[in-house]
Amino acid sequence: MQELRPILDIGLVHYLTIAAVLFGFGLLTVMTRRNAVGMLLGVELILNAAGLNFVAFSHYVGGRIEGQIFTVFIIILAASEAAIALAIVLQLYRHTRNIVLDQLAQLKG
Amino acid sequence: MHSTLHGPIQHITSAPWLWLIPLFPLLGAIINAFFGQRLQKANQANVHFVAIGAMAASFLVAVTHFVMLVGAEGRFLYGHVWSMFRIGQLDVDFAFAMDELSGLMTLIITGIGTLIHVYSAGYMSKEPAYWRFFCYLNLFVFSMLLLVLGENFMVMFFGWEGVGLCSYLLIGFWYRDYGKATAGMKAFVVNRVGDWGFVSGLMILFWGLGGAWVAEGYTRDDSPRIAAVTAEAMPAQPSHGEQGEHEGAHAAAAAPRTLTVTVYPGADVYVQREEGEPQHIGRSPVVRHALEPGEVTVLVDVPGTIGRLETRATIGDHETALVVLGPTTSFRTLRDQLTLKVDRLANDESGAAGGTTELRDVLANKKIWGIGLLTLACLGFFIGATGKSAQIPLYTWLPDAMAGPTPVSALIHAATMVTAGVYMVARLSFLFSMSPTAMTVVTAVGAMTALFAATMGFFQYDIKKVLAYSTVSQLGFMFIGVGSGAYWVGIFHLMTHAFFKANLFLCSGSVIHGMHHVHHDEASSQDMRNMGGLQKVMPKTAMCYLLGTIAITAVPPGAAGFWSKDEILWKVFTSETIWGGPIWYVLGLCAAACTSFYMWRSWYMTFSGEPSETIKAKVHESPASMTVVLQILAALSIIGGLIGAAPVFHHLLHVAPPLEQWLFGPTMAFSRATFPEHSPIALELGLMALSIALAAGSWLLARSLYANNANPARLAAIKARHAGVWRVLHNKYYVDEIYQATIVNGVRKLRIVLADFDKYAVDGFVNGAGVFGKTASKIVGLVDQHGVDGLVNGVADGTLQAGRKLRGLQTGRIQNYVYGIVGGVAILAFLQYLVK
Repeated sequence: MQELRPILDIGLVHYLTIAAVLFGFGLLTVMTRRNAVGMLLGVELILNAAGLNFVAFSHYVGGRIEGQIFTVFIIILAASEAAIALAIVLQLYRHTRNIVLDQLAQLKG
Repeated sequence: MHSTLHGPIQHITSAPWLWLIPLFPLLGAIINAFFGQRLQKANQANVHFVAIGAMAASFLVAVTHFVMLVGAEGRFLYGHVWSMFRIGQLDVDFAFAMDELSGLMTLIITGIGTLIHVYSAGYMSKEPAYWRFFCYLNLFVFSMLLLVLGENFMVMFFGWEGVGLCSYLLIGFWYRDYGKATAGMKAFVVNRVGDWGFVSGLMILFWGLGGAWVAEGYTRDDSPRIAAVTAEAMPAQPSHGEQGEHEGAHAAAAAPRTLTVTVYPGADVYVQREEGEPQHIGRSPVVRHALEPGEVTVLVDVPGTIGRLETRATIGDHETALVVLGPTTSFRTLRDQLTLKVDRLANDESGAAGGTTELRDVLANKKIWGIGLLTLACLGFFIGATGKSAQIPLYTWLPDAMAGPTPVSALIHAATMVTAGVYMVARLSFLFSMSPTAMTVVTAVGAMTALFAATMGFFQYDIKKVLAYSTVSQLGFMFIGVGSGAYWVGIFHLMTHAFFKANLFLCSGSVIHGMHHVHHDEASSQDMRNMGGLQKVMPKTAMCYLLGTIAITAVPPGAAGFWSKDEILWKVFTSETIWGGPIWYVLGLCAAACTSFYMWRSWYMTFSGEPSETIKAKVHESPASMTVVLQILAALSIIGGLIGAAPVFHHLLHVAPPLEQWLFGPTMAFSRATFPEHSPIALELGLMALSIALAAGSWLLARSLYANNANPARLAAIKARHAGVWRVLHNKYYVDEIYQATIVNGVRKLRIVLADFDKYAVDGFVNGAGVFGKTASKIVGLVDQHGVDGLVNGVADGTLQAGRKLRGLQTGRIQNYVYGIVGGVAILAFLQYLVK
């Protein structure tokens, strides 16, 4: 079956590459954005990169569906995380009229 | 070995109510101490009703017991109250005992004590602290009864100290007067010196007894021990002619096949035969159990730390009794133990001869520091006696004790307390008679005191001071009596002296009471120069004083003092035990002549002649409560001597005098002192005549000088001619001054030396130790501060610094943390790459 695949047959490496790129973008977003919403977007990218990795490994290496199940969980988790985090940001904004995280360091020890 | 011990054992009769005798005065004292002030406020009579009631009750109980005693087997009432402590061999019971001697003393104390209480009710009636006086007086009687009824040294010593305390309290009764307060203190301090002697004697004796008595002699043994002893009959009194043949028969009957246990009161007694079960036969001290003959083991279960003691006994045809071996404080067990006899078997190997030894002979041979142990112990006890009974060198407190109220002088400082020393020597007759040295010392001190004090009484003007020196002198006579081995005679003189000296003192109190209406200060109302002619205004008192004077100056044949004093002089002259009997006899004879002089002088100065106008107008006879007591005591002073009139009984009736018979058991039965069997009657009568002649001569001299205050000019001339002698005698040989200069000042100097020693040596040492401690602690402090604290603080400081530095890492900016995470991951990845 292996030799019948086309040359540009999409394999594990492709997925991983895309996931790595996604992760890199996400990380970059988290590291550079001053805006809390922007940072949450970066976090979403990182989570989705991880989800993609799970699915890819599950498909190509694991054989069964654990990876997919994990990914479903990650999606749900990311959704709820986004909901809670956005709520926090919203409240933050109401109190301080500001969502630039550099200026919101009151919780530091 | 048990079978070799035999000896006379004191049989006892249980008297469970004996403690009531001292209880009543104690209750009286307590009631007056706590409620006296209130009682007095309500009605003064309440106070003396309580006190006299207590005394009368005590006297009645004493008489009841005395009657019991007459019929009691062994003439020994024993009342055990409780066991005070039992430690090792030391077994001290709070117990009372009444034998013939203490019975007589108890009657004297409670009887005369009651009379003096009655007298005091009259004499002290104007005293604001009436209740306090009676409280002390009752407390004194309580202590005195402890002293004489105490069954052992400890109870006796409680009483001994108690009477000292009461004496102190009563001498300083009017404590606002500085002189009187110091007189009380002097009495107390001088008596402390005597107490030191008493306690030393007791310790020496106790130490000496602390060993095992075996046939071979003495070895150390510290465990409590008992032994079974074959009881023998008490020594019987030697007969004085055909009527005395049956003397002492009551003591001879020994019950066969019985076991008597009177030791360790409160202990359960068991008898065990062979391998049989122990059979309980009773509880000490009243075990008297008939047993089948044969060998038995006797077990004595003593409560407390001593535990179970056992001994083998052979029940035979004789009575078997248990005795305590080793140290004991009880007079009874001590006497039982010391008079035990040990049968020694002849030993062929060592060549030792067989024979019988009394245990006290073994003790007598024991020496410490080259002096016989018994001698040393007896001398210790005698030092105690010189303090309490005012003998040389400790007599100086007694004349000063006259600062107390006169009834106190009569009761405490004449009739009872001061005789405690005489009583003690008589009580320990079995010990003292073992040591001729100690006996001689007692006699010599007594004789010298008798003469010395009598001469000091010559030129005193204070009527009470005359009587005080007279008391010291008469106590000297008592010590001559007990010292020469005639213990019963010493006690006889104690008794007659209690009568006549109490009488004389109370008469002088009556005189002072009357003179207070003329002279309001104490010194003048007691000064005989201000008196004279009182016979006319105080006839009853004068009569009683005259009878007392007759008694003390030994006017034959009726007076009590005649019989007792002459018997003392006769006994010391003939005593075979002591050294130098005739010397002490001569001293005593001179003292008797002096007694006659100063007593008649006081009589003539006080009562004879015409009273002055002021005295006639102001002085009256004392109230009935006082004069009745005087009359009773005066009568006793005359007839009281008859029960001991030895020459009459010996030579006319051919029996021993009743008092000698009565006192034979406790005082003479175990005495080793001896007197010649047959002395020429002519010698006895001759000596008696000599003493009568001397006393009569002194009387005539006193009469010619002082009667009716007839010739003051002649007196003044004599005084001027012998001014030196007069001054020395009037100033009591300057003994007080000498003591002041030597001992008191010595002690004061010593105080300064000791203060310096304290300041420089003791304080120096203490301060040195302090400085050392301070320095050492400083060093330790430095180590602690810089070493230990440095370490602890260093850790804390380091943590603090690190925290301060690390705090900067937490910026609160999420990006910074992400940089950290990414950087960390990058480093880990790089490291992994390197490791690969």
